[in-house]
Amino acid sequence: MTAQLRPSLAACPACVAAPLEPARPVPEDVQIALSLPGIHCSACISTVERTLAAYPGVEDARVNLTLKRALIKAAPDLRAADLIPVLERAGYEAHELDPGALSATQTDRAGRDLLMRLAVAGFASMNVMLLSVSVWSGASDATRDMFHWISAAIAMPAIAFSAQPFFVSAWSALKVKRLNMDVPIVLAIVLALVTSLWETSLSGEDAYFDAALTLTFFLLAGRYLDYRTRAVARSAAEELAALEVPRAIRLEDGRETEIPVAQLAVGDLILVRPGGRMPVDGEIVEGRSELDRSLLTGETLPVFAEPGRAVSAGEVNLTGPLVIRASAVGQETSLHRMADLVAIAESGRSRYTSLADSAAKLYAPGVHILSVLSFLGWLVYSGDVRTALNIAAAVLIITCPCALGLAVPAVTTAASGRLFKKGMLIKHATALERLAEVDTVVFDKTGTLTAGTPELTNLGEILRDDLSVALALAQASSHPLSVSLTRAARSAGAEPAAVEDVREIPGYGTEGVWQGMRVRLGRAAWVGAAHGGQTSAWLAVGDRAPVGFLFTDALRPGAEETVAALKASGKQVMLMSGDTTGAVEALANRLGIANWMAEALPQDKVARVQALAGQGKRILMVGDGLNDTAALVAAHVSISPASALDAARVASDIVLLGTDLSPIARACDTAKKATRRIRENFQIATVYNVIAVPLAVAGLCSPLIAALAMSTSSITVSLNALRLR
Amino acid sequence: MEVLSYLIPISLILGAIGLLAFVYTVRSNQYDDPEGDARRILSNDWDDRPKP
Repeated sequence: MTAQLRPSLAACPACVAAPLEPARPVPEDVQIALSLPGIHCSACISTVERTLAAYPGVEDARVNLTLKRALIKAAPDLRAADLIPVLERAGYEAHELDPGALSATQTDRAGRDLLMRLAVAGFASMNVMLLSVSVWSGASDATRDMFHWISAAIAMPAIAFSAQPFFVSAWSALKVKRLNMDVPIVLAIVLALVTSLWETSLSGEDAYFDAALTLTFFLLAGRYLDYRTRAVARSAAEELAALEVPRAIRLEDGRETEIPVAQLAVGDLILVRPGGRMPVDGEIVEGRSELDRSLLTGETLPVFAEPGRAVSAGEVNLTGPLVIRASAVGQETSLHRMADLVAIAESGRSRYTSLADSAAKLYAPGVHILSVLSFLGWLVYSGDVRTALNIAAAVLIITCPCALGLAVPAVTTAASGRLFKKGMLIKHATALERLAEVDTVVFDKTGTLTAGTPELTNLGEILRDDLSVALALAQASSHPLSVSLTRAARSAGAEPAAVEDVREIPGYGTEGVWQGMRVRLGRAAWVGAAHGGQTSAWLAVGDRAPVGFLFTDALRPGAEETVAALKASGKQVMLMSGDTTGAVEALANRLGIANWMAEALPQDKVARVQALAGQGKRILMVGDGLNDTAALVAAHVSISPASALDAARVASDIVLLGTDLSPIARACDTAKKATRRIRENFQIATVYNVIAVPLAVAGLCSPLIAALAMSTSSITVSLNALRLR
Repeated sequence: MEVLSYLIPISLILGAIGLLAFVYTVRSNQYDDPEGDARRILSNDWDDRPKP
C-alpha cells in the first residue's frame, strides 16, 4: 500500500546527479529494513519482534531502538509491503527502507578505528601520567630512571598506534608542500619523544612522555567528536535516502512484476500508477493523465499527458495509470544533463578555507620559527646541543595546538546537536561557518516557500449550487486540485449535490449528470473555457458559461516569519523560480520580497547565483527541485527541505527535517554564535600560549608546567563550547 | 622500594585488562544500540533460555 504510493524512483536521480554517492551493496544477512518512528520502550521492542517473528517466512527480526529500525532476515520472496500492514495492525507505523542505502552506517569502520585509538591513547596517557606524578613529587636517581624507561616502553608503541591519523595527514600535506595543523602536532610529538628518550638514556631529569601522550589523547578526542557529528548527520541523511525505495512495475506480456529500477532496460514497458514518479525517460504508450513537473522545472500547473508525449524521470503522475516505454535508463536519462550542470557549478565554487585552516596557516610557520630560533639561541648561548634541543621540544609542546584542535570540533558538535533538535541536519563540516557569513538569501518557490499543495482562493465568489455540484464531482477524484476543492467546500459547509453517473476521465477531469444536465469539472479546454495564467479547475453545468475555481500554492508553515526575520536581520531576500511570472509575482508581493525572477531555467539560476557571488555576496540558497541542484552547489551555503529530491538533498549542505521553514532564521543566529565561540576559543588558546611560551623559551618550563597548561587550556576551550545555546 | 617491582606490573596489567575489555566491547558491536540494550534487560523475553 504505502510502499506503492510512495514515489518509486527518487533515489535514482541522486545516483545520476550526484556521482559522489557510493555504490550500494546490499548486506547479505539483512533482506528487509523497516523504519519504525513510533517505537520508544521495551514493550515496543518485544511486541515488534514477536509480531515479526510470528509472520511466516521471517527467520529473524532485530529491533534497534537507538536508530528506530527493524532489520529482518526473511525468505527471499517476502517483501516489506507484506510486513508493513502486520505492524500497523499491531499499532506501529512502519516505512520501508532501502537496506543497501543503509550499509554505510552498519559498517562504521572509521569511527570504530578512531575510538580504538582514543582508548589506547587514554589508557597509556593515564598510566604514564601516574608515573610522571611520582617523578614530579620527588622520585630521584634509579627510581626516576626506571619510571622514565617504563613510560618510554608504554609511550612508544601507544603513540605509534594512536597518532597514526596525524602522521598520515601531516605526510599528505607535506607531500604537496603545504602546512596544515597536523604538521606542528606531529613535529611536537616526535621531537618530544626523541628528546625524552635521549634524556632518559643519559638519566636526565625531564622527560615529556606524558605530554606527548596527553596531547595525542586530547587531539584524538577532538577528532572523534568531529567524526561523530558528521556520522550522525550522514546516518540521518542516509535514512532519508533509504526511505525512497527505487522500484518500478514492469509489464511483461500483460503481467505486472515489481523490479528494482536498476534492472530496467530501454524498450521496457513500465506501469506508473497515479501518485507514482517516472523511473526513467520514456514515451507514453497508453493512458491519459496529468503530470506534475514541479520538482524538475518549478512549474505548478499540471501538464496534460497522452500517448505519444515524452516524459522524463522525476515527473509525478497525477490522475490515471500510464504505461510508458523506456527510451533512456539510468545514466542516460535527461537527469544526466543536470549532473553536468552540477559538475560545472562545483568546479566554479570558490574553495572555502575553514577557520581552523586559516588559523593553522598563521600558526604553523610561527611555531616552527619560534622553536628553531630558541634552539639556535640556546645553542649559541650555552653551546650545549642537549639543553638547546630540550628547550626546543618544550616550546613545541607548549605551543602545540592542542586547544586549537579542540576549538572547532567542540563548538560544531554542540551547535549541530542543538540545530538537530530544532530539525536541521548539518551535513558539511564547514557549513556552520559559511552560514554565519551569509548576507543574501535566495529562495526557490515551488516546494520550498510553498508546500506544493494547492489552496482555493475564490471560494467567496462561487454560488452555493455550483459549489455543491463541484463538491460532488471533486470528491470522486484523487487529483490534488479536487482534494483541495473538497476540503475547502466541506469547511465552508457545503453539501454534495445529487450528481449521478460520476466518472473520472484521467487527464481531463470528472463528469456526471445533475438534474438531467451534464456537469463537468476539469481542465479549461475540456469544459470549454478560456485558460488563464493561474492554476485553475473549471465547472461547466449544462450549457451555462463555465465557472472557474482558482488556486494558489499554499505557503509552507513558517515561510512568512522566516522571510520577515531574515529581512529584519539585514539580509537581502530574493526569489527565483521556474514558474510563471504571474504566480511568482503574486507570491513575492504576498511575502514582501522585492527582488524576484520568474521562468528561470536551471542555467539561469546558476548564472544569477554566480553573478551575485562575483559581486562579493555570500549567498544562502534554499531550494528543493532538480532545477535548483546546480544553484545549490554554486551558492556559498545551501539548504534543502527533507521533501526535496534526493539529488537536491545530496547537493545541499544543510537539510531541513520538518515541514516548517522557521528554523532557517534561527540557524543563521546559531551559526553566528558558533563562529563567535570558535574565535573565542582561538583567543583563549592564544592567551595560554602567550603566558607559557616565554617561560618555555627562557628554559623555565618543566614538564609539569607543560602538562598543566595543556590540560587547562583544553578544558577551558571545551567548556566554552558548551556555553552555546 | 622493592614493592614497586610488584605494584607497577600489577597496575599495568589491570589497566591492560580494562583496555582489552573495551576493545572487545567495541569489536562485538555492543555500542550499536545502547538505548535498546538498556531497555531489553527489563523485558521478560528469553529470561529462561537464550534466544535461539
